[in-house]
Amino acid sequence: MAALSTLKAQTRSIDIATCRDDFPVFSREVHGKPLAYLDSAASSQMPEPVMRAYTDYHSRYHANVHRGVHLLSQEATEAMEAARESMRELINARSGKEVIFTSGTTDAINLVMQTYGRSQIGEGDEIIISTMEHHSNIVPWRMLCDEKKAVLKVIPISDDGVIDMEAYESMLSDRTRLVGIVHVSNTLGTINPVKEITRLAHSRDIPVLIDGAQAVSHMKVDVQDIDCDFFATSGHKMFGPTGIGILYGKEEMLSKMPPYRGGGDMIISVSFDEVLFNDLPYKFEAGTPNISGAIGMGKAAEYIQAIGYDAIRHKEQELLKYATEKLSAIDGLRIIGTAPEKSSVVSFVMDGIHPHDIGTILDLEGVAVRTGHHCTQPLMDRLGVVATTRASMAMYTRKEEIDQLTAALQKAVEIFK
Amino acid sequence: MNDKMSQLYQQVLLDHNKTPRNYRELENADQESLGYNPLCGDKYKVFVNIDEQDIVTDVTFIGDGCAISKASASMMTNIAKGKHVDEIDSLYHQFHDMVRGKLDPDTDPNDLGHLKIFAGVRDLPARVKCAVLSWHTLNAAIKGKEKVSTE
Ligand SMILES: Cc1ncc(COP(=O)(O)O)c(C=O)c1O
Repeated sequence: MAALSTLKAQTRSIDIATCRDDFPVFSREVHGKPLAYLDSAASSQMPEPVMRAYTDYHSRYHANVHRGVHLLSQEATEAMEAARESMRELINARSGKEVIFTSGTTDAINLVMQTYGRSQIGEGDEIIISTMEHHSNIVPWRMLCDEKKAVLKVIPISDDGVIDMEAYESMLSDRTRLVGIVHVSNTLGTINPVKEITRLAHSRDIPVLIDGAQAVSHMKVDVQDIDCDFFATSGHKMFGPTGIGILYGKEEMLSKMPPYRGGGDMIISVSFDEVLFNDLPYKFEAGTPNISGAIGMGKAAEYIQAIGYDAIRHKEQELLKYATEKLSAIDGLRIIGTAPEKSSVVSFVMDGIHPHDIGTILDLEGVAVRTGHHCTQPLMDRLGVVATTRASMAMYTRKEEIDQLTAALQKAVEIFK
Repeated sequence: MNDKMSQLYQQVLLDHNKTPRNYRELENADQESLGYNPLCGDKYKVFVNIDEQDIVTDVTFIGDGCAISKASASMMTNIAKGKHVDEIDSLYHQFHDMVRGKLDPDTDPNDLGHLKIFAGVRDLPARVKCAVLSWHTLNAAIKGKEKVSTE
């Protein structure tokens, strides 16, 4: 089929050294300066092949999926299922039945809360999360705990931003119904030992949900190796479009769970008296999905594979080392998050300069960073800071962008001295 | 330095940030109000004393946030002291219009004086709330509201 063959045709290996040329955004200027984009943890940029896959759908075979017998609909269906397969391959799920399209990580976590959570968690039961969770892995559980009178337990962390594994182990109890952990902290960069966390939970038959929003663009994720029960991630943090993501779930878990939303596509037959739900993964995909988003995300998964995680990891660790050294040398700058295992994120505070002033000064120098609490307010409270400035790097980041950042920070120091 | 940057982070602003004026609690204040910007965590408390003629006889503030919000609060307290609440109300609206780009302090009639240094904020939509937070809070204190949020 035409759509499929063009989709799969370009999956050759791509050189990380030149991949930046695939990202059209880097040709633009910001306030008259070259763009230094150090906000990939908020949303990563999109390469041209992903855009092409996305517009191809709209310009050549835009149609609904799983419905029409006409060619366009068949092509759209095949392309979307090919995207599911690309995502399956990326995280090494056993089958496409375990890969559910969602609108993103937040939606995926809410799916688990509404289905597994509301059916399996009751009064007095316990849910364990960590101090460094993103609000999207706190708020749904807080809501569920309030509804069910369940208890939210929080694993402490060290000042460096490392999970206290001993405390975690001692928190697991007969009442624990779920462990929810961020794989890579968006604020600190800490890479959590998710495999060990899962092993400990499984020794008591407790399922584990991993928030992988910040993992997939940086490191090989193998859900079978981790053995987690759920894994959530977002397209826009892995060089794909916004408004799309996946929930990976073990088939044995998913098949026992009630549906999430009701509507078209998630059914086999409907009468006013009875509904027969569809098989996996469609049981959890009610309504017309984000088809172009899914196709774009699938292409992004292929793009990542074509570059290769070894190359990505090697380059990003070098960038992290470089940025850490450069930033540490700035007067009055303190890095927040110094775990031994980190992805390419550097959060920091500066004496006498509020992060929002830093953010504005950097912006005027063409440097895009994120400032604020990064949707991790309880973590900020734990670390005793109101806000940080965060520089986050990705496979396309250049050392020159870090130089631009440090030069702009020196300027901020000058202004505020 | 970049034009926009030097226009915004002028010496006056930096000075008010470093040594904010009227930065203290006002004991037994007639009115006080808490202003909070949940997006960036900026938080200020503004205290006012108002006499029978509706003149603000004293105004102070405490709290923390970015340089723009702190300098704005500091300069506001300087200017508001001794003014009638109606004058303050008019300044509040003029200031608001200026940072939103609806009033050009160089060409439109106004009483903004030194507050003109905040005009640069109009080019930085993300910072408008920082500049107006203390003004909202003062306005609320005068009107007897206890809490305002810029969200
Ligand atoms: C660690 C983490 N979890 C969850 C999310 C939420 O992702 P999304 O907004 O795409 O649902 C983010 C992104 O902000 C994140 O960094």
